[in-house]
Amino acid sequence: MPTAPARTALQALVRNPAGLLWSPWPWRSLAYLLSSAPIGLLPVYLPFLAYVYGILPAAVLAVLVVAGAGIPVARFERLRLRLVDLDPLPDPHAGPRPPGLRARVRARLRSPATWRDFGYALVSLMALWWIDLSVIALAGGVPAILMSAPFQPDASPVLGAVLAVAGFAALPVAAYPITAWAGGRAVMARAVLAPRDAELIEVVRSRARLVDAFELERRRIERDLHDGAQQRLVALTLTLGMAGLDLEPGSPAAARVAEAHEQALLALAELRELIRGVHPKVLTDHGLPDAALDVAGRSPVPAEVDIALPGRLPAPVEAAAYFVIAEALANVARHSRANRCRIRGRLVGETLLMEIRDDGIGGADPAGGTGLAGLADRVAVVDGRMSVSSPAGGPTLLRVEIPCG
Amino acid sequence: MRVVLAEDSVLLREGLAGLLERFGHTVAAAVGDAPALVAAVEEHGPDVVVTDVRMPPGFTDEGLRAALTLRRARPGLPVLILSQYVQQAYVEEIMGPGVGYLLKDRIGHVAEFADALERVAAGGTVIDPEVVRQLLARRRDPLQRLTPREREVLALVAEGRSNAAVARALVVTEAAVAKHIAAILAKLDLPPAPDDHRRVLAVLAYLKG
Repeated sequence: MPTAPARTALQALVRNPAGLLWSPWPWRSLAYLLSSAPIGLLPVYLPFLAYVYGILPAAVLAVLVVAGAGIPVARFERLRLRLVDLDPLPDPHAGPRPPGLRARVRARLRSPATWRDFGYALVSLMALWWIDLSVIALAGGVPAILMSAPFQPDASPVLGAVLAVAGFAALPVAAYPITAWAGGRAVMARAVLAPRDAELIEVVRSRARLVDAFELERRRIERDLHDGAQQRLVALTLTLGMAGLDLEPGSPAAARVAEAHEQALLALAELRELIRGVHPKVLTDHGLPDAALDVAGRSPVPAEVDIALPGRLPAPVEAAAYFVIAEALANVARHSRANRCRIRGRLVGETLLMEIRDDGIGGADPAGGTGLAGLADRVAVVDGRMSVSSPAGGPTLLRVEIPCG
Repeated sequence: MRVVLAEDSVLLREGLAGLLERFGHTVAAAVGDAPALVAAVEEHGPDVVVTDVRMPPGFTDEGLRAALTLRRARPGLPVLILSQYVQQAYVEEIMGPGVGYLLKDRIGHVAEFADALERVAAGGTVIDPEVVRQLLARRRDPLQRLTPREREVLALVAEGRSNAAVARALVVTEAAVAKHIAAILAKLDLPPAPDDHRRVLAVLAYLKG
């Protein structure tokens, strides 16, 4: 069966064990494991130092070795991984660097990749290097001893030759444990040093930043509208109202002013609705429970609100939860034919758990054109989950979980 | 009437002062934050206080808390509270005789506003129709027994209107209103009371539940 050529030592071993001996993988694996020897040079003196100078200086030196060698060792591990793993290896430290040494160091220390490097270097320094060398020694040891038989002073030439031939014949067997260990070790090294989901994590984080920026912008717009346009419009309606009082009733001017007054009042009402849609003031000032009461108070279907939280939640969570409630209540009013609706909210651990249930006819389908898909999107951008239970005949239960950590 | 006015938006403060003077009242002081409001009331001893809920420095409910403080120190001091939105928890805490709670948008209806102010100064209770609607929306159970018409009547009654005013607003006879009110009070298990004001308080007591 033709298969794609192996990209790693482990693949070569698993896919075609018989062909392994004619492939370069055992030699690559051997080179990979042998290259651990220089790493062993760093800690191998420590017991000796402890013996000569005492435990404490040796311990201090050990800490210094790990701290100093962490990054170079990880880099070396990444470099030599190419011997047994041909797939490209993304550098987890790649990406834009903040200007300035301090900022760069801070960014490095905050990056999880840095700490993974240190962890792997620690394991490499303390254990992996001698396991590597032991595997070579044990796998190659028996054939080597057999092959050395003719050179032993007390061996007869015949016996020596037989043993040497046997040793030479056993040599290929050593290729298997060496390749197996090198392959397994490479899988581990890749998982720690160059995780394949690093890019994904970065995308998720940048999306979260975008949501935050968006949320901030909405609040700014709300504040500007509220402090500026809304106050001005209230003052305008007041002025027009007073102008109407001073004009002779029934005069053309009075009619015009009355009309203008009416228009200004309408504009004010529309602006209030607009602000509510952008980011309601009551949410900014008083948080989710009060904002939920406000939106429930305007719902055509009687809605009972039971939201008890220990304090304010992160702004994006509050906004997402608020708009979920608003949209859910609108859906209840439009489609459910419910008589009542109940909104419950609690913080469970670090997660906001909300349930919105109604006694309507059910049949809400997230795949249908209702607002449910939009709700799910809103919840998803704050890493939340939404689930709906809405059998035909009802009732409908909407459950939303949003992490607040 | 002598009025102390607290509103942080200069534009609106000037407008309100103009409105109050237009209706023949004296603005003893017009201030922009809650501490100044308390000080101005101490100094001028006004007949009625008009205050915004949301003022510096915290921009949350400074005006409302100042009003609560003032009314604790001077029981019965009439206070008309102006709010940008309905905040039910506080409505229930502060409402009583001589307290009005109006949404700011209502200022534009100048005659109604002036009327509300006078009713509050006279010891009446005025609640914004929107607030009443929300409070009603929240406490449904026995209220569901009311007909839509009776709910309309109750909302108007809760605003502190007399039977005659309710009749005018709904374009029905006063006798019809009296019949509706009797039905409402019966359905809500409230004993009928002759006094308009006590009737409002009964409604409020029910709303506070």
